[in-house]
Amino acid sequence: MEALDWMGPSVMNITTIAYDWVSTVFDAPLVSRAVVFGFPIDGHIVVEVLLIAVILFLLSRKSYKHPKKPLTEKEIDELCEDWQPEPLHPPITKEMLSQPRVLESAAGTHTTIEGRDIVNFSSANFLGLIGHEKLIDSCVVSLEKYGVGSCGPRGFYGTIDVHLDCEARIAKFLGTPDSILYSYGISTIFSVIPAFCKKGDIIVADEAVHWGVQNGLYLSRSTVVYFKHNNMASLESTLEKMTRGNRRAEKIRRYIVVEAIYQNSGQIAPLDEIAKLKEKYRFRLILDESNSFGVLGKSGRGLSEHFNVPVDKIDIITSSMGNALATDGGFCTGSVRVVDHQRLSSAGYVFSASLPPYLATAAIAAVDHLEQNPALLSKLRKNIGLLWKELSGITGLKISSSPLSPIVFLNLKNSSGSSKNDFKLFETIVDKVLKEDSVFVVASKRSVLDKCNLPLGIRVFVSAGHTKNDIFKAAESLKRIAETVLYDHCLNY
Amino acid sequence: MVRLPYTTALTTLFSYGLLFVFGQLRDQFRKILDLFKSSSLKEKGYAPICLGLEDFYTRRLYLRIQDCFSRPISSAPDAWFDVVERQSNDGNKTLYRTGKSTRCLNLGSYNYLGFASADEYCTPRVINSLKKYSPSTCSVRVDGGTTKLHEELEDLIAKYVGQPAAVCFGMGYVTNSAIIPVLIGKGGLIISDSLNHSSIINGARGSGATVRVFQHNTPSHLEEVLREQISEGQPRTHRPWKKIIVIVEGIYSMEGELCKLPEIVAVCKKYKAYTYLDEAHSIGAIGKSGRGLCELLGVNPTDIDIMMGTFTKSFGSCGGYIAASKEIIEYLMYTCPAHLYATSMSPPAVEQVISAIKVVLGEDGSNRGAIKLLQIRENSNFFRSELQKMGFEVLGDNDSPVMPIMLYNPAKIPSFSRECLENNVAIVTVAFPATPLLLARARICISASHTRVDLIKALEVISRVGEDVGIKYFPVEPMKPQLQPQPQVENIPGFQH
Repeated sequence: MEALDWMGPSVMNITTIAYDWVSTVFDAPLVSRAVVFGFPIDGHIVVEVLLIAVILFLLSRKSYKHPKKPLTEKEIDELCEDWQPEPLHPPITKEMLSQPRVLESAAGTHTTIEGRDIVNFSSANFLGLIGHEKLIDSCVVSLEKYGVGSCGPRGFYGTIDVHLDCEARIAKFLGTPDSILYSYGISTIFSVIPAFCKKGDIIVADEAVHWGVQNGLYLSRSTVVYFKHNNMASLESTLEKMTRGNRRAEKIRRYIVVEAIYQNSGQIAPLDEIAKLKEKYRFRLILDESNSFGVLGKSGRGLSEHFNVPVDKIDIITSSMGNALATDGGFCTGSVRVVDHQRLSSAGYVFSASLPPYLATAAIAAVDHLEQNPALLSKLRKNIGLLWKELSGITGLKISSSPLSPIVFLNLKNSSGSSKNDFKLFETIVDKVLKEDSVFVVASKRSVLDKCNLPLGIRVFVSAGHTKNDIFKAAESLKRIAETVLYDHCLNY
Repeated sequence: MVRLPYTTALTTLFSYGLLFVFGQLRDQFRKILDLFKSSSLKEKGYAPICLGLEDFYTRRLYLRIQDCFSRPISSAPDAWFDVVERQSNDGNKTLYRTGKSTRCLNLGSYNYLGFASADEYCTPRVINSLKKYSPSTCSVRVDGGTTKLHEELEDLIAKYVGQPAAVCFGMGYVTNSAIIPVLIGKGGLIISDSLNHSSIINGARGSGATVRVFQHNTPSHLEEVLREQISEGQPRTHRPWKKIIVIVEGIYSMEGELCKLPEIVAVCKKYKAYTYLDEAHSIGAIGKSGRGLCELLGVNPTDIDIMMGTFTKSFGSCGGYIAASKEIIEYLMYTCPAHLYATSMSPPAVEQVISAIKVVLGEDGSNRGAIKLLQIRENSNFFRSELQKMGFEVLGDNDSPVMPIMLYNPAKIPSFSRECLENNVAIVTVAFPATPLLLARARICISASHTRVDLIKALEVISRVGEDVGIKYFPVEPMKPQLQPQPQVENIPGFQH
């Protein structure tokens, strides 16, 4: 009670003071007559300004949302029950069931299918080394000494002295400081590209590169720009666009990726022009010589010898040994820095078992044989020229590969518009050629994952081991059957 | 699982810190010296292949101990082999072969069943097939690369593993990288074990699907991740996932552990996810008849959607396979890039696998296969238990032929490796980046061709070197006291019955 007595008057005092203050603010004639910028304002203006400020403030706030409640266990259970996955594979159609031909002997220039002797134009055996005694003898020696597999990656006792010898031999043959071996042809390029190209780098690649290169480009996570297939003007304009105005381009690594002889079209990349462009715009060149090593050049040293470009102008050369050298595996060569870098950062080299030693010895024997017999190359060129001459007159088909390419591509002169129908036509031709004339050629197949858009065709792989008769037989058979099949096809449509 | 003692962690971090500081000092000196040297004209204007810190680990840490890795050999990688000596004139930057070699005990190669060297049943057949089919077919499987041998191998491996059909490729790494993008694409989810191999990671990345990781070998965490992902759907759009694949390995090569397959398969079945089992190390090495993890743990192979394996480890060859239902294999043969664009497997290697499987199954008319399987199991269990008794920290489960011994400290890696080599035992040491930075280890792979005498010699050497280097982190088990002959009671004076 005393507290109230004490507090009472002081509260009264405070309220009186507050009331007086408020009334002075609102009713004081002096304040209410304040003149701001020449306009007289009244006391109630203050209240209105405050109200407007509050309205604006409320309008600017976001509308009120309920906080997100996490799903209950029962709801998660229901969602999991309801969810239906797609099947792992789409429904199997008839064309998926086509079986490849089964060979019963070595895939050399002549082979056996279903007991018949067949002339084989489907193996990339460009120098005819399949079945050669020198290779087989060196393999037998190696198999007896080292067994079949190497049982470990290169870092953990999987390096056998034949690997080191093979790397030195290839480097000596090509004239580069060093080289590195990979255990599988296709894994070479898609391990090399991510080892050098990281996120943020610029890569300019041809649009018709094969799946191995595409996979490598995707895994590298760099910025990839494609230029029109084998079109130097398109390449130059792309390089110009990539480097113009880009001041940071000095610090970013830049690469051009091309193939020497394109797997998908048989065209040859003009190395002299590419080398000039690369030096002008300061790009590094990665060249895939899978189909040109052992084929182009006076002594088979590849695209650089063919165009007389010094081999050290190309920064990185990769190749698969499964074509001209008739073994398996791949290699990459370049400067010492390039090769050493891959020994620790190339995924397909570090994390995978090394090449079986007998394949490395076969590679050494093949390179030795090639160096001693450069006549194989002129024979191959003669065979290609002969086939070109014989095949140039077919109605309905045209040869779309380069005259020097050992892979001869035959495309339809007038495509039906859908690649599926084209493919059926090619398959009919190929089947008939095999059944009636015992000549084995193949229609190119594309995977769902392949981004290349070039038209499909029939591929004829020419080898230095083919005789004139083989070539005449194949050409004559293809001409006859292609003409009949395409004629029937035109009649029906 | 690894139990890292606190003091060891501190000393390891300190060692790496010291190495880092010294490396940086040397880099600074190199920069100063380079200012005086004029850079070659060719490299001007080009960005360097590796900028600054990108290859710091390679230049300053790895090159110093480079002689412990990539040791060349000059004979077959059997139980005993010849390791080539190498020398360096410039502080380990470049190594060249001296031409001499030492005979060492091989504890590093993946030679689980002993097929690495010439074998009395396999090698004559391999040489025959070499003469008949030559070392390579030079063409892809769909063109002219399929021979009768390839078909035989695919039938045999499908029967061996217990699936309806199989397809073979020329390299194990490419098998993973090329199959996973075919089975799953954008809009799908891949859940993979945190310690999966680099080929699986590459394949998962190349597919375009979302990748999530679950804790190593923990089925309960896998269930949590599955529930969370199915209920939330795809990121940002919350649409339901198209399909989910769970990828696990049979034996994890850096831990030696077996996968907890029955639990993981049960979880996947419950949530309708597909299972992908990578048996690179376990096919041929475990299980009563070598059929891998499914046989050992009693899982029906048809419960697993896709089984993958390699021929490099147990069968002494090269290549990989995928075994699954008939429709999946037909689809893969139609569209897998490794089947359509890559050279087919080398025919002698195919024959080696066929002969090796026949030996393992006993179809060659002898019981060498059964002896090999028994030998590897006994060898692994004996070696592991002896190492644990000596006080080493050994990882891995029983029956697994892979045993990592923890080293931790970076200086112990080269000293352990070099000391063992001096005593003619060849050991594999693994450091960053194949393992986490602090968990360096030495990895031993036991083979069926190791005899008991070989293993005892290896144990002696490892024990001695381990003592010197200081990696016996656990207390040594006391040796059981030898039974002494009891003193004759009558002889003790004063003791009368």
